[in-house]
Amino acid sequence: MSADIRIRKGLNIKLKGEAEKITAIAEPAETIAIKPDDIFGLIPKLTVKMGDEVKAGSPIFFDKLRPEIIFTSPVSGEVAEIVRGDKRKILAVKILADKQTAYVDFGKANAEQLTRQQVTEKLLASGAWTLIRQRPYDIIPSPASNPKAIFISAFDSAPLAPDYDYTVHGHGEAFQAGLNALTKLTDGKVHLNINTQNKPSEVFTGAKNVQINKFSGPHPAGNVGIQIHHISPINKGETVWYLKPQDVVIIGKLFSKGVYDTTRLVALTGSEINKPRYYNLPACSSLKNILKDNVNEGNNRYISGNVLTGKKITAEDYLGYYDCQVTVIPEGAEPEFLGWITPGLDKFSMSRTFFSWLTPDKKYRLNSCQHGEERAYVVTGQYEKVLPMNIHPVQLIKAIMIEDLELMEGLGIYEVSEEDFALCEFVCTSKIEVQKTIRKGLDLMLRES
Amino acid sequence: MKLFKNLLESVKPQFEEGGKLHKFGPAFNAFETFLFVPGHSAPSGAHIRDGIDLKRTMIMVVIALMPPLFFGMWNLGYQHYTAIGVSSDLMQNFVFGLIKVLPIIIVSYVSGLTVEFIFAIIKKHPVNEGFLVSGMLIPMIMPVNVPLWMVAVATIFAVVIGKEVFGGTGMNLLNPALVARCFLFFAYPASMSGEIWNDLSLEAGQKVIDGYSGATALAILDSDFHLMPSVTDMFFGTMQGSIGETSTLAILIGAVILLYTGIASWRVMISVVIGGLLMGYFFNLVAPASNLNHPMHMPAYYHLLLGGFAFGTVFMATDPVTAAQTETGKYIYGFLIGAFCVMLRVVNPAYPEGMMLSILLMNTFSPLIDYFVVQSNIKKRLSRA
Repeated sequence: MSADIRIRKGLNIKLKGEAEKITAIAEPAETIAIKPDDIFGLIPKLTVKMGDEVKAGSPIFFDKLRPEIIFTSPVSGEVAEIVRGDKRKILAVKILADKQTAYVDFGKANAEQLTRQQVTEKLLASGAWTLIRQRPYDIIPSPASNPKAIFISAFDSAPLAPDYDYTVHGHGEAFQAGLNALTKLTDGKVHLNINTQNKPSEVFTGAKNVQINKFSGPHPAGNVGIQIHHISPINKGETVWYLKPQDVVIIGKLFSKGVYDTTRLVALTGSEINKPRYYNLPACSSLKNILKDNVNEGNNRYISGNVLTGKKITAEDYLGYYDCQVTVIPEGAEPEFLGWITPGLDKFSMSRTFFSWLTPDKKYRLNSCQHGEERAYVVTGQYEKVLPMNIHPVQLIKAIMIEDLELMEGLGIYEVSEEDFALCEFVCTSKIEVQKTIRKGLDLMLRES
Repeated sequence: MKLFKNLLESVKPQFEEGGKLHKFGPAFNAFETFLFVPGHSAPSGAHIRDGIDLKRTMIMVVIALMPPLFFGMWNLGYQHYTAIGVSSDLMQNFVFGLIKVLPIIIVSYVSGLTVEFIFAIIKKHPVNEGFLVSGMLIPMIMPVNVPLWMVAVATIFAVVIGKEVFGGTGMNLLNPALVARCFLFFAYPASMSGEIWNDLSLEAGQKVIDGYSGATALAILDSDFHLMPSVTDMFFGTMQGSIGETSTLAILIGAVILLYTGIASWRVMISVVIGGLLMGYFFNLVAPASNLNHPMHMPAYYHLLLGGFAFGTVFMATDPVTAAQTETGKYIYGFLIGAFCVMLRVVNPAYPEGMMLSILLMNTFSPLIDYFVVQSNIKKRLSRA
């Protein structure tokens, strides 16, 4: 029953600054900051105040609409600051981290011997439930809901993405324990999707109690949304849950060791990083220590995540809640004289309108320049070249723009997410804000449901 | 370059909010973005972007139009000197054509861009790059002797009715260049037929040679297609016709440029050719056996070399805004264009050229084609649930 799928549409963007497979040691992060904005559909209600002592795994805030979903601290220490914005909206909860992390003990257990109810309770209490997300909407699922499947993509095909084979290496037992827990949560299957273009780690190929599917092809073959579409497309009313491999390891450690340990390998990447490599960091960690003395001088753009879907941050900022990659690229350039007629050997394009097609294997140092202003849709067929889904992308975007909910449903709004459309946004000649529009569409459908 | 930058920077405040010339802001913005591609980053979403933008896309089409344009200029000179029996070399032919065509190009761009700028200023949106291509296409589908005032009127009509009333670039229903040509075809029919294809202006002592025929190949098609120029002439383009459309070879070079850079859709081009060929073969089958000179007997592939078929296939039918926008729709759209074009040419002697009308007809149908393609996708999705 395992599927072997070749993705043909898509685009690999080769950039400079791929992380070397070395785990470097940096000074441990002094603070962490959890930003509720990283989590969609969340209205946080605090359970701590400034000055409270917390351990790794103690509750910090919960979801107002679903109080059983609590978010816990990744580190032990003291709640240093609660940053608020307009109308007292919580922007970040900053915690001063202890040098040695103290963990809350949730008790060891063997997930295979537990019931669904018990597994769910353990995940909720520790805060590990928040690592699970669902499609559609990319929100944290309700514990009562029943997904038709759970998907884990064992590789990330985005530009400069971390190599999951490297990051789970040595965590085979924890990974399997995590998988065992996840199988309890659904009546359907747990799918583990591996990449057949490189030899995947034995942690993945040797996994049990899962259906292993093989994928190959350009980005976005590693996107879980694309994989879901090819194996078990989502219809109205259905949900599919997904996680990253490192999140599965964290859940596994919760059961095998009884602690909520969020440390994961984070890849520091990008053309402006002198020594791009991996670092062991807790969730939402401060990035100051790993960026110190490692970044080129100049006007840079710091991104938590990858260049296509990541969030813009500053050098003093923190890792996003779900992110395990940081990218640093140069900021937009000076206006270019008659730029639309230059040979453009250093410009990357899906079209062959620049002479850069002469060097197909070149790695680019791209900046954040938009290369043009926003226009109405003129060129057609572009999005279809990079979206390997049976969806009409432009018609869907237009349906969202006019807020026609029925048309959006018919065109497949439940199957998509911003990261699947990120490449469409990259190649768009008219510079339309595609990801923002998709998010707007998903929020509209979420509100209506 | 620094000079331009400083000049623009010094004048810019007058065009921004609160400045004296604020309402001319779109005009200033057009000049500024013409000289400098802006360096600012995207407001949201992906942090890196493809290097291409609409200006570069349009410029590629203009570059692809250069082979037919240069050949057309040379051909005008060649036809002129042949008709008056004077021998000439490459340069003389080319310069003759250049002098005849340049005024038409200038009139087309000036009148079109003036209308675009006026609309941009009134409606307060940036001047869009769409006219960069239309302004070059309009002269290429005109006969050489077209009066310049007619070009101006047709261009203004095309930009206003063909584009701006629908909402500007990206919103138009009909191909603007074809709207211009169609306008002249129906508004000034007497000026669009007859002795307009070859510039026979004579200097002292020159006269037209005996046996000269001013008819284009398409006009001959209806009477006896055997009398048309040879296949070689039709392929290389050494025959009479609109300025840019005669040489299939030059248009093929343009097609290769457009296809290789990924600007034009191969689906539309191939479908138009297949549609035309199939309709041609169909007519071969039903052609009356009693009249062997009937146009239905003409070999189907002649249609590809004749008149505006090749030019329309490569540069007009592929216009992304007016063509079908779904991938499946493009096949249907292209096929019907090719089929209708051949049908109009062969069956109706009143319209020697079927390509322009066929493309305009399918332009009006492309939203319908897309609608059905999208509906079938929706039905499949709902039935899967």
